[in-house]
Amino acid sequence: MNMDPTLENETLTAPAPDGPLDIEKIRMDFPALHQKIYGKPLVYLDNAATTQKPSWVLNVIQTYYVCSNANVHRGLHFLSERATHTYEYARSKAQRFLNAADSAEIIFVRGTTEAINLVAHSYGRTFLKPGDEIILTAIEHHSNIVPWQLAAEASGAKIRVIPVNDKGELILEEYERILSERTKVVAVGHVSNALGTINPVHRIIEMAHRFGAVTLVDGAQAAPHMDVDVQELNCDFYAFSGHKLYGPTGIGILYGKRELLEKMPPYQGGGEMIREVGFDRTTYADLPHKFEAGTPHIAGSVALGAAIDYVKHLGLGKIAAYEHALLHEATEKVSEISGLRIVGTASEKSAILSFVMEGVHPHDIGTIVDREGIAIRVGHHCAQPAMKRFGLPATARASFSFYNTPEEIDRLVAGLRKVKEVFAL
Amino acid sequence: MSDLFELYQQVILDHNKKPRNFHKMENPSKKSEGFNPLCGDRLTVYVQMEGDKVRDVSFEGSGCAISKASASMMTESIKGKSRAEIEMLFKRVHQMLTAPPDESVDVKDLGKLAAFSGVREFPVRVKCATLAWHTLNSALQDRHEPITTE
Repeated sequence: MNMDPTLENETLTAPAPDGPLDIEKIRMDFPALHQKIYGKPLVYLDNAATTQKPSWVLNVIQTYYVCSNANVHRGLHFLSERATHTYEYARSKAQRFLNAADSAEIIFVRGTTEAINLVAHSYGRTFLKPGDEIILTAIEHHSNIVPWQLAAEASGAKIRVIPVNDKGELILEEYERILSERTKVVAVGHVSNALGTINPVHRIIEMAHRFGAVTLVDGAQAAPHMDVDVQELNCDFYAFSGHKLYGPTGIGILYGKRELLEKMPPYQGGGEMIREVGFDRTTYADLPHKFEAGTPHIAGSVALGAAIDYVKHLGLGKIAAYEHALLHEATEKVSEISGLRIVGTASEKSAILSFVMEGVHPHDIGTIVDREGIAIRVGHHCAQPAMKRFGLPATARASFSFYNTPEEIDRLVAGLRKVKEVFAL
Repeated sequence: MSDLFELYQQVILDHNKKPRNFHKMENPSKKSEGFNPLCGDRLTVYVQMEGDKVRDVSFEGSGCAISKASASMMTESIKGKSRAEIEMLFKRVHQMLTAPPDESVDVKDLGKLAAFSGVREFPVRVKCATLAWHTLNSALQDRHEPITTE
């Protein structure tokens, strides 16, 4: 077992060899993929919901608890120092992963949802005033809608929405039209979880900044699949979840620009986030600890650092290229099924394939392919306004990862043909 | 594989494709909305009472094959029945849907509704099959809050 407290692994910190990804070798890193479901090899195509975990990440969790477990930032003893070091080292990995200027701009949170709630609560309720406007898009995940509705209710601000065209692309002319001096926050998903659309966040941020609005990017579906550089994007906040990036559940990252985080009040109170507590007055810890009340998810943070090492080792560029090829192939193959319609046909798309079948409800599609060992998501994908925009109660969604193969696409197509057989279509 | 054909029996597919009593009712004596937040199934059940008996019943909404066929076949099986008879019938249907797969269930007297016996092999789909029944129950009890299966 690796006793190195920094949990570095030289095989992972060195880049993967040149050339295309070796998918068969990569699949060996993921024990969960090698299961049988109803007697058939698992085809896991629900990666937008959560990803499977490589052994490397699982081992790091085990190693952390075996070798370094202690509380952070408070003990003087050896293990506490080691735990603190591994925790802060994971933070610096996240900083480099997003290319943030400063590790104090990286806040550990439970996931994207908590990150957005933190900003909507702390920034939104403090700085939004009646008459101010928050701009969202018509295809946001509920977690980038509801926190802003709560902030709007508390502050008297109003929510405006950027509509999408029939392909699922944002209509930027409409965005331009609703942008104004009243716009104080623009919160937008980097990639739509329901449709796969890659939004032009760079341009959206630039336009928002012309009016002095603060921008938040929900990167839950983007960070695991493409290079993200927060300085280049110039976003004010960026959020993503560890479990969609091959890390554990219950851990995620909020990036925020230092000058904004400095002026925001704490989101939660407790230990860890204070400097000095008195009944008349309490002063808060410096960034990033001001936003990390209580004992953090240390093992999760360290494991997220390991997951970041893993995807960086493969290379985000190679991951994006391979997943794009899978999407292209899947799109072509499922399009051959008569009565099947793809929902979300943006020209810039991540490897998410949402579809409906004539005469079959998505729920029935899900049940039938499940019996073939194929895991897809069916439902509204926590994006009910997006579903409403397309006049659908639900869709079926296959979402891909670098560990998926062309053979698995064939299994999906065969599963969808079985759906037609069962429904006698 | 046989489980799937057991679940999606011909009669269920038929009622999914051509749901019976599938329309809005003007001036119903009772009405209730049902919602399955997990999958977005949503339906409204309308009832016309005559004394203690259901004289007419209809529904509208959207949902999967199981929920739609269940609603359709429910409307066919309860016309002319009293509240107590309907309550009894729902109890029998519920028992059939939730019985452990290795236990035998008595489906005689259930008529066409016995087609839903395959649902018990698919526990996550039980809610689809019971949505219409719960909604009907709420209408008969004059509860006005929309019911949800969660």
